[in-house]
Amino acid sequence: MGTGHVHALYRHGDSSLHRLPPHLKVVAAFGLVFAIVATPREAIWAFAAYAVLLGVLATVGRLGVRFVASRMMIEIPFLIVALMLPLLGRGERIDVLGLSLSVSGLWSMWNILAKATLGLLTSVVLAGTTQIPDLLRAFDTLRVPRVITSIMGFMFRYLDVVLGEFRTMRVAMQSRAYHPTWLGQIRPYAQTTGHIFIRSYERGERVYLAMASRGYAGHMPRRLGTRASTAAWAAGLAVPAAAWAVAAIAWVVR
Amino acid sequence: MSEPTIAVAGLSFVYPDGTAALHDINLHIHPGERIALLGPNGAGKTTLILHMNGIHLPQQGTVNVSGLPLTRDTVMEIRRRVGVVFQDPDDQLFMPTVWEDVAFGPQNLGLEGAALDARIHTALAAVEVADLADRPPNHLSFGQKRRVAIAGVLAMEPEILVFDEPTSNLDPATRRELSGILRGLDLTQLIVTHDLPYALELCERSVIIDRGRIVADGATRLLLGDGDLLRSHRLELPYGFDTSLVG
Repeated sequence: MGTGHVHALYRHGDSSLHRLPPHLKVVAAFGLVFAIVATPREAIWAFAAYAVLLGVLATVGRLGVRFVASRMMIEIPFLIVALMLPLLGRGERIDVLGLSLSVSGLWSMWNILAKATLGLLTSVVLAGTTQIPDLLRAFDTLRVPRVITSIMGFMFRYLDVVLGEFRTMRVAMQSRAYHPTWLGQIRPYAQTTGHIFIRSYERGERVYLAMASRGYAGHMPRRLGTRASTAAWAAGLAVPAAAWAVAAIAWVVR
Repeated sequence: MSEPTIAVAGLSFVYPDGTAALHDINLHIHPGERIALLGPNGAGKTTLILHMNGIHLPQQGTVNVSGLPLTRDTVMEIRRRVGVVFQDPDDQLFMPTVWEDVAFGPQNLGLEGAALDARIHTALAAVEVADLADRPPNHLSFGQKRRVAIAGVLAMEPEILVFDEPTSNLDPATRRELSGILRGLDLTQLIVTHDLPYALELCERSVIIDRGRIVADGATRLLLGDGDLLRSHRLELPYGFDTSLVG
């Protein structure tokens, strides 16, 4: 069932980025993403600067090109949608390689492409250098409502369990000579998903019993992480500060 | 005689769908005893243990834990006194790391700081998994999960430990290691199982429950030696079992 010692999004290591207090990394990542989103789309050089900054962070975190690239794949469906925009956009049009493309559509595509890619890269660097339990603790330290971090915690805890059940059921189907073709596989898989939903619901009831047995009375205990030193805060906040400086310049020279 | 850790008297329970799960249960468990609760599937074993820690409240009859009657007002204290280790450790280990999971109960009791750390360390050490504290439960072997689940309950410092099918899904070596741990715990224990050799190995006294009624209560060796009794309640010793050990 298990998926190895660490979660797939995490790269085991001991870099200075790994050692930074998790809640500080979360604050820095949010700060960086806000700067990226707030940058005017015409400031192409600013996005290049963010890319360099994130490249440096990925290098400091020793994440590796392959690790980062494979986790960026999740963006592809969104990129396909973005690539449609120049074809569908209205207003002024230009010819590129024989295709008539909308200028505003091209800018929209670039805006989505640049900001989504850099935002995703930020989260890949964050998740690659921070274990998920540490991330959850970071959200608690930052006073994110406990009900939200609890839901996230349960999701993380039971994702592998549910995927394990799904794999077991798939093997059981294959063991009875079920060799799906692309279209034919939909119905049994839909039924399997329904079974897993019911099983998960029942498990939820059992988990609640176990929680009640250990004194749960409606409030999850808050998990507080370690305090960050002033030096760590300075190091962590340098990244979003640099990004905000870039964003500010981009607005000024616009 | 000493105050019983668990005193169940005249306990009956009917589920909302009308299924009668328990009928006039009378059971005393005294401090330091390790008792096996035996019975076939659907006999009412789990319903009975859910009464012992107040998940179900008695509809008829009484449940007392070290003299404290189980009522709506005493539920939290009863749950501290009665620790239940459930059958599937994946149901019991719901926090993101082992440390946080073992901390869950004591935190609900209001412990924090050094007292909390000490409680968790002692509980993990008692089941020999102190080195797993920072691991997420989903990355543990089944045997390790079982031990951590026990640690989570031990951290509540209960007066009695109740195990629901502790040997299910364990390989023989892990099963043997678990029996060593159970022997090493200086606590009153109730082991719910249909693993009859395990009951014989660990418990001097056994109680057989079937169709919601207690049908036998006595020395494990004598009960397991009574073939007619076992057969009539769908209990069986494994093939090849050395019958000279019982009877």
